[in-house]
Amino acid sequence: MELIINVLSWGFILAGSFFYVVGAIGLLRMPDVFTRMHAASTSDTTGAALLLIGMMLQAGVSLVLAKLMMLLFFILFTGPVATHALARAARYAEVEPVLANDGAKPKKVSTTKAKPSKAKAKAKPAKRKAKS
Amino acid sequence: MGVKLRTISLVCVLMVFWLLLSGHYTVFLITVGIICCTAVAYFMKSMDVLDEEAQSFHLLGRALIYWPWLLVEICKASIGVAKLILSPSLPISPTMRTVKASQKTALGVTLFANSITLTPGTIAVEREGDGILVHAVTKEGLDELDEGEMDRRATAFEGRA
Repeated sequence: MELIINVLSWGFILAGSFFYVVGAIGLLRMPDVFTRMHAASTSDTTGAALLLIGMMLQAGVSLVLAKLMMLLFFILFTGPVATHALARAARYAEVEPVLANDGAKPKKVSTTKAKPSKAKAKAKPAKRKAKS
Repeated sequence: MGVKLRTISLVCVLMVFWLLLSGHYTVFLITVGIICCTAVAYFMKSMDVLDEEAQSFHLLGRALIYWPWLLVEICKASIGVAKLILSPSLPISPTMRTVKASQKTALGVTLFANSITLTPGTIAVEREGDGILVHAVTKEGLDELDEGEMDRRATAFEGRA
């Protein structure tokens, strides 16, 4: 029985570590802020959850188990809030997202966005030039 | 549920939280715990934030249906994003579009948006009209979200319309 739990726990911990490594690789490979956030979210949710489940199996029925469960609960509730805040901040800072096809829809999104102040609107073309 | 009952239940929940975190069950520490929990409940009451949203116990039953489904979705999406990252050509197609959100209450919309962000590959960026602006790492991911299964399930979770 203990062997089974140990194997399961190791499986979860290794899987969690795998997702963390993949997230880190993605963070380096992705082209812009938004896509990098997607890469980070694999480690942030899946990686962390799998690691915690692995640790829970090691903890057995104890106070530590309760604490780990709370940790999982809070990570799953507060993680998205932080991610959303980051995405929204990037949008209001007028970071131009790299989009797949520069067709009608993506453009429409960038014109309806933000409500930029006049000073910011003026600064925008300059920013684009610096990027390209 | 009246404010008085909610205050009492908040003190109880906080006290359970304290006991689970502390692990030192001496008279002094438990007394301090009771004082702290009562103080927090009192502050929340005088800040007038102790409304129905602060303690949404009524959602707990439906959560048992929604969360397992969400968990499966998260697993599927994580494997998808991991494959994307590890494939040498990096076949991403970032897309940004507004997705319809049919929830009635603020809590329901928050729930739906958080579910979107929690699923790797899609991020809820902003509330726009009666929808949510979503950035997705692949076009397929966003199309799948547009089919509206998550929206339907989140609305069912929210319950009372």
